[in-house]
Amino acid sequence: MSGVPLEPVYGPVDAELPGQFPYTRGPYASMYRSRLWTMRQFAGFGSAADTNGRFKELLRAGGDGLSTAFDMPTLLGRDSDDPLAKGEVGRAGVAVDTLDDMETLFADIDLGAVSTSMTINSPAAPVLAMYVKVADKSRVARAALSGTIQNDILKEYQAQKEYVFPPRPSVRLVTDVVRFAAAELPRWHPVSVSGYHIREAGSTAAQELAFTLANGFAYVEAAVAAGSDVDEFAPRLSFFFNAHIDFFEEIAKYRAARRIWARWMRDRYGASKDRSLQLRFHTQTAGVSLTAQQPQVNLVRVAIEALAGVLGGTQSLHTDSFDEALALPTEHAARLALRTQQVIAEESGVVHVADPLGGSWFVEELTDELERQAEDVFAHLLEAGSGSILDGVIACVDDGWFVSEIADAAYGFQSKIARDEWKLVGVNAYVEDEDLATPTLTIDPAVEKEQLARLAAIKQAREDDAVRRSLARIAGDAADPAVNLMPALIEAAGHMVTVGEAMHALETVFGTYVERQVA
Amino acid sequence: MAKVGLDGHDRGLRVVARILRDAGFEVVYAGLRQSPETIAAMTAQEDVDVVGVSMHNGAHLTLAPAVVDALRAAGLDTPVVIGGIVPPDDVATLLDQGVAAVLGPGASNDEVVASVRGAAGVGPLS
Repeated sequence: MSGVPLEPVYGPVDAELPGQFPYTRGPYASMYRSRLWTMRQFAGFGSAADTNGRFKELLRAGGDGLSTAFDMPTLLGRDSDDPLAKGEVGRAGVAVDTLDDMETLFADIDLGAVSTSMTINSPAAPVLAMYVKVADKSRVARAALSGTIQNDILKEYQAQKEYVFPPRPSVRLVTDVVRFAAAELPRWHPVSVSGYHIREAGSTAAQELAFTLANGFAYVEAAVAAGSDVDEFAPRLSFFFNAHIDFFEEIAKYRAARRIWARWMRDRYGASKDRSLQLRFHTQTAGVSLTAQQPQVNLVRVAIEALAGVLGGTQSLHTDSFDEALALPTEHAARLALRTQQVIAEESGVVHVADPLGGSWFVEELTDELERQAEDVFAHLLEAGSGSILDGVIACVDDGWFVSEIADAAYGFQSKIARDEWKLVGVNAYVEDEDLATPTLTIDPAVEKEQLARLAAIKQAREDDAVRRSLARIAGDAADPAVNLMPALIEAAGHMVTVGEAMHALETVFGTYVERQVA
Repeated sequence: MAKVGLDGHDRGLRVVARILRDAGFEVVYAGLRQSPETIAAMTAQEDVDVVGVSMHNGAHLTLAPAVVDALRAAGLDTPVVIGGIVPPDDVATLLDQGVAAVLGPGASNDEVVASVRGAAGVGPLS
């Protein structure tokens, strides 16, 4: 802009550089000058065919990666015909019961060319198994598959509560996916260690940072304990952070995250590959920051939050739609959300310099402060775990520490709003008398009926013996912690074993988790 | 205070439980993964005055009336207050189906307390 040629990065001669340990300023030297973040909009509703349609629209509109939202039954490893699924099929995301749904979901989409993210946790292993089977059937090489599966169970106990099995067997499942991916899916991220949900549950930025990284360290310890060398799998770990409205704090948070990860991975876990030390992350703008009041103001919030993600050096970004305080986004709102990213990328000029806020006294001080607060949390977890972050995290899950820390922070925010110390435009400031009805996406109740019919037909047509054998194999493999469950799950997927059936087989071995009441 | 069905997003449930406790209510916190039947059983057992259910995942038109019906089937006329994400167009439907009140996104602490007191048939705080 203005005819001044820009340097790729700015700072004094001896300043830390992006692409240089400890990567505070970014994992890559040239950041967005070489490659923009992936514009990866989360989508999913109704049937696999409905979502396939939305995927194609997003790709046509310029999105360059897919991100799949599953419905509540699928997220909890239950089929559409499960009694608990009644009323929930296809409502919060897409219903996936069998391989057939997975094939429909990605119909006419080249899995070897398009990067796909799947947001699912407890049933991540059987769902990834289905995805791999779809690729196998379409003759896409496993080595060509590019994408992410969230597969971050620890944050479920802490925040999102989509758990099924208890922590230790669940961590074993995460580890099986990590090790399978290290061996067979070199372009796949087998975990997306997530802070987004922790923040949405009400944590502070410092808690989001600390709890997320701690969970990441826990998975590192688990995979190493299972026999992997840290550099075998660490390069493919990825992260997922929230982009909330406090602009500079968020930017500092991402920078602190990179620095902490690099130091811990090198100095505590002995990683030596650059890729093991470079924290790479996806960002989503904060759902909880959206208001139902004056919803178009959400466009402004999302733009500010997205910009924080970009200035913080995110590798991938989802921008929320303005109507999402009330429902899943309409097509129009989803397109505007994507356009928000495109304006930042194409018009704002911020992409021409890596870590442009590096060196700002304010941002550097915030970065240092967040790092300090995170280290306090790590110290607490190390103590709780007698020197193991994995054991400390599980101990603090068991005694409700994370849940109560987050609940206290959430209540603190609500109290600030109640006392007008925190202004929310449209809610306790600049309030208007308004009709809150905005056109929202509605899910046709026929979706549930049609999915049930499809599922019944598949169960009718498939080979019962093969299903039985597959389920027996899953349960047998689950009982032996030394066996990786992925091959059994992939085989089962091919025989049209449902997500619910696979999860039930695992449950007979792993048991179920009941949250300790902390309220 | 409960969530019905599969959804686990309980920030609102926890925050509202504390708001109500601070306002002097005794809160029976049932938490996640309740069914209409377990809610009815707990309501009877604890002699609850108001049932609060948190809903965020688009299943309210099925699950809210199910809670009301389960209470009635157990011989209870305890009012049910729904809180969370309910599109404005659905509020009237829920009220028609026997829900006492609906608290939407952005409801203030005062509105929450007033709504529950109103449902319980108790006068406003002086």
